[in-house]
Amino acid sequence: MEDFEPIVIAFCCHYCAYTAADLAGTMRLQYPSNVRIIRLPCTGKVDVRHLLEAFEKGADGVYVAGCMEGDCHFLKGNFRAKKRVALAKRVLEDAGIGGARLEMYNMSAAMGPRFAEVAREMTEKIRQLGPSPIKRAKGMAHSAERKENDRAPQGAKV
Amino acid sequence: MIIAEGKPIQEVLAMIAPYDKIIVAGCKGCVTVCSAGGEKEVGILSSALRLARQVQGRSLEIKEVTLERQCDVEYLEAMREYADSFQAIVSLACGAGIQFVAEKFRKHPVLPGVNTQFIGVAEEQGVWTERCQSCGNCVLDRTGGICPVARCSKSLFNGPCGGSKGGKCEIDSQVECGWQLIYDRMKELGQLDKLEEPMPIKDWSTSRDGGPRKRVREDLKI
Amino acid sequence: MKSGSRLEKLLTGGHFVVTGELGPPKGADVAVVEKKANLLKENVDSINVTDNQTAIVRMSSIAVSALLIRMGLEPNMQMVCRDRNRIAMQSDIFGAYALGIRNILCLSGDHQKFGNHPTAKNVFDLDSIQLIQAVKKMRDEHKVLGGDEIEGAPQMFIGAAANPFADPFEYRVIRLAKKAAAGVDFIQTQCIYDMEKFERFMKMARDRGLHEKVHILAGVTPLKSVGMARYMKEKVAGMEVPDEIIDRMRKAGKEKAREEGLNICVEQIQRLRQVEGVHGIHLMAIEWEDAVHGIVERAGLLPRPEAN
Repeated sequence: MEDFEPIVIAFCCHYCAYTAADLAGTMRLQYPSNVRIIRLPCTGKVDVRHLLEAFEKGADGVYVAGCMEGDCHFLKGNFRAKKRVALAKRVLEDAGIGGARLEMYNMSAAMGPRFAEVAREMTEKIRQLGPSPIKRAKGMAHSAERKENDRAPQGAKV
Repeated sequence: MIIAEGKPIQEVLAMIAPYDKIIVAGCKGCVTVCSAGGEKEVGILSSALRLARQVQGRSLEIKEVTLERQCDVEYLEAMREYADSFQAIVSLACGAGIQFVAEKFRKHPVLPGVNTQFIGVAEEQGVWTERCQSCGNCVLDRTGGICPVARCSKSLFNGPCGGSKGGKCEIDSQVECGWQLIYDRMKELGQLDKLEEPMPIKDWSTSRDGGPRKRVREDLKI
Repeated sequence: MKSGSRLEKLLTGGHFVVTGELGPPKGADVAVVEKKANLLKENVDSINVTDNQTAIVRMSSIAVSALLIRMGLEPNMQMVCRDRNRIAMQSDIFGAYALGIRNILCLSGDHQKFGNHPTAKNVFDLDSIQLIQAVKKMRDEHKVLGGDEIEGAPQMFIGAAANPFADPFEYRVIRLAKKAAAGVDFIQTQCIYDMEKFERFMKMARDRGLHEKVHILAGVTPLKSVGMARYMKEKVAGMEVPDEIIDRMRKAGKEKAREEGLNICVEQIQRLRQVEGVHGIHLMAIEWEDAVHGIVERAGLLPRPEAN
């Protein structure tokens, strides 16, 4: 599908990943507008149900981005998230969606470039995997809405 | 509590194959405590089933509900209003609850969403182990509070057998030898001499072997 | 005299006995039984017949025991608690006695997980000590467990196993005492490599006077290779093999391994004969039955005595 633009949902913790995203913006780094950010106080707040719901609502890929292991602002939240992501990957595999469409990443608040890199990496990966199987089954062609994202630099290409 | 574990999603999918409008019913009792069939697990299973069905190009409507308990009739009545308008009920309660739902909601099939495993305890968060086999004739006073039926792989009453090594059972190095535990505890209690008397032959008729069991308290019957 | 079996007569007469072991075939092939039995006869006083050992389905112990009787040999029929309830066990004991079997060993049985039918249900209606009690009740009180009178009581010579090397070590002698109290007549131990530990066990047993209550036969198994020695040390439940034995087998190299294994075996037997309270050996030459004659001869145990 030539015009497939993945919808990627990123659950980001306020203290690290979301701040890194902010930094990426101020540094004028390019990252795809395919990535829709959801801010959480901590990735430890992520529930397996949220991850699955994202796919039910049409996400082609999802990732959870938290603090570096050992540096979680709430001590162990990112470890809990890691295990829940692992569980959700298995559920997605069993459901026929594919566990590869969900990932966990870690970064510090200072890692603006890393945030952008992850966003690019994940978007590209999902692009290769194609639209979520629930859309393929419906024979739906899908293109992401190209909304202006105030974090993406002016005139940025995706 | 009763410990259960969710059935593989593929198995549940196969069970609900003929249906496209189902109830997934959890229970706030034991299965919530052991994270097998509570509200969260109802949500996860329902999402997984809907996604899997969509991948197959079919629809699936699920009513998600978590009852107080499924082993008391009064709580089951909460489903009475809408149950018949669905085609099947997948229950995540323990085997007793699932069967009770099947008894009280006769119009449609009631399907098990979990495998009920054992009566046990939470050793730590996320880890549950077996303690009781409900043999109907408790001898815990004679074995330092450790059950030879449930915790010995061979249910020996005069163990341990020759396969006990390093405090572990011959069947699995992760499984503790029940009789090592009993020995240690009796030693701790200063009651080792009690173990020198052979334990009498078990009357298994109070157990599952005697047939389905029933208990009545006449003073409570209305 | 309880059963009048050859084994009982020899033990009662103060002889140092030798028992052997025969593992039944995984099928109905009688020729296998005959072949193994022929290698053992006249080298041992009576022959253990295992009961679905390691939970692998084999010809039944009672059937093989009956075949041995037909061949003029004396079986020690093993019965495990894993596969039969008390009804079947008592019934089989009646049948065994009717077929001429006189020696019975009461064992727990390896868990079915080890065998070729791991999905089977296990029984364990009785445990080995309760089975001993049951056989004694049948023999001495002429009653079955439920209390009914027996029409023709089986006069069995009752045996059991003891494992001096399983844990907890201190409890092993207490368990032996329990078996003695339950009515056992003779005990065969798991095969011994750690002589020192076994001698400690025997001291504890003698301190309780158990050597006078039961006849203790020490288990012996010849090693074929260093691999076998290591396997027994690491993989077999309730087995202890000292490093010095493993070293000897390793140093012997591939060509001389069997020879060294036999040397060790004969040395063990000679040492065991000196231990007070040991009334015989139980020689388990697993899948090496043709070694039995040589071992018994070198240990000075031939010819086997007459039983009066």
